[in-house]
Amino acid sequence: MTLRIEIEDLAKHFGEIKAVDGVTFSVSKGEVLGFLGPNGAGKSTTMKMITGFLTPTRGTVRVCGYDVLTDPISVKASIGYLPEGAPAYADMTPEGFLKFIADVRGLRGAEKKRAVASAAEKARITHVMFQPIETLSKGYKRRVGLAQAILHNPPVLIMDEPTDGLDPNQKYEVRTLINEMAEDKAIIISTHILEEVHAMCNRNVLIANGKIEFDGTPHELEALSRYHNAVCVSVGGVETDALSRFVESLDDVAGTEPLNFNNGIRIFPKGGKQITLELSERIRSNGWQIESLYVENGRLDEVFRTLTTRPGDAA
Amino acid sequence: MNMHNIWFIMKREFNGYFATPVAYVFIVIFLLLAGFSTFFVGNFFDRGEADLYPFFSMHPWLYILLIPAISMRLWAEERKSGSIELLMTLPVSVFEAVIGKFLAAWAFTGLALLLNFPLWITVNYLGSPDNGVIFASFLGSLLMAGGFLAIGACISATTKNQVIAFVVSVVVSLIFVLAGYGIVLDFFSSWAPRVLVDVISSFSFLTHYDAISKGVIDMRDMLYFASLIAIWLFANALIVNARKAD
Repeated sequence: MTLRIEIEDLAKHFGEIKAVDGVTFSVSKGEVLGFLGPNGAGKSTTMKMITGFLTPTRGTVRVCGYDVLTDPISVKASIGYLPEGAPAYADMTPEGFLKFIADVRGLRGAEKKRAVASAAEKARITHVMFQPIETLSKGYKRRVGLAQAILHNPPVLIMDEPTDGLDPNQKYEVRTLINEMAEDKAIIISTHILEEVHAMCNRNVLIANGKIEFDGTPHELEALSRYHNAVCVSVGGVETDALSRFVESLDDVAGTEPLNFNNGIRIFPKGGKQITLELSERIRSNGWQIESLYVENGRLDEVFRTLTTRPGDAA
Repeated sequence: MNMHNIWFIMKREFNGYFATPVAYVFIVIFLLLAGFSTFFVGNFFDRGEADLYPFFSMHPWLYILLIPAISMRLWAEERKSGSIELLMTLPVSVFEAVIGKFLAAWAFTGLALLLNFPLWITVNYLGSPDNGVIFASFLGSLLMAGGFLAIGACISATTKNQVIAFVVSVVVSLIFVLAGYGIVLDFFSSWAPRVLVDVISSFSFLTHYDAISKGVIDMRDMLYFASLIAIWLFANALIVNARKAD
């Protein structure tokens, strides 16, 4: 594993407001880190500090071994960055815009031509290359921003809400593109769309109120849910109450709740244990016929809510 | 300082003027006003002299109004559209960006100035002017335009609003020009010490441009405009650095 991004005790204060307050994590080659958190949690601010747009109040950022404070140009050269809202020069065409980016990125001649063509193809904008960017739809503008970010095949890719405002097909294309590139890059993607956690990321960092609340795999994130490994069961011809009483008498069961459909119950295991097999055997050995049974993975939205709202918060 | 980066930023910015009708409208109006002021205010024909003094002497007043129209978009637009975040996260230093944008605006102004060449042809047709003087005046006017542009670029970096950038630039430019104007100096000389009056007048564009517009190139005048440009551009870079993310 090659460390590409190292962030230590990073903080940004705007007056009294601590937008980012002591964030530490690192990203290696091959990792796609989904940066989660509610709006205003400090995701964008953190990304702006990594890319050298904002100067940190304290802490260090190193990208590919370069310190953003002492060698910002090398850091910026190593990063492909899609800022929030994918800003671009509206009166340019994607062709002129990408050529400008290629120039500044130090690409020349045939190399430049190839880079522009390849980025345009990957971002699927080849057929709008000669229309002013301001006349393009939101989805295409976003893709132009994406093409700009991947143009120089950077070792590090940082994207602030790359799928925001795209339709489901466009989202799918962007996710596919990111998955294709994941292998040899270190990627940070901010999002508040939880389904993307599974679609793109192999690691998640969840940030709330400027602090990291979780750092682990999407699976570990789900495991924090109280629905993790919960089993939903319905049994033919048996009252829900009787079923609940029986199940709750078992060792590994922490509790149950009725499902509001199917005449079944949801069974919460103790300590998030995997109890499906044992449970089904016990129910069957009781002479009951199982009509349906399935295990829940855990609910990301519930974990998200739990981790990002403190007890007593209005939200 | 990477010269390539300055060149690429300048090229993009320069082409940007022509991506919209702004460039053409500006050039037409500049030529109309320059022509009008030469013939009607400067009395080009009545003077009966084969030179372009009436043309060049009106430039400070034209520039007060027209140069801020060129400089107002340089940074205000980047900040408004958010593209400044893109620009400042490319491997480009703030100084490269500031200089590149300034040079683009300056080159555009130079182009507009050059397009007054029919006047030069006219005066050469009508008589035999000292073309050395005209060339010196041209350079001087261009240098002064650079001063106006540097002021405007710096002010453009302080706001996201191009109209504000324009109005404030006009006022500041006016102050720099009027500081050497007779009425203003008379106002000060009636009560202020001689030294202060000299300082105020020495900061004026008029004082330094007057000799140049007659074709006299004095190193001190050149140095004045060069250092004025340098100082305002330096301030421009500091402001961009401090306020880019606001």
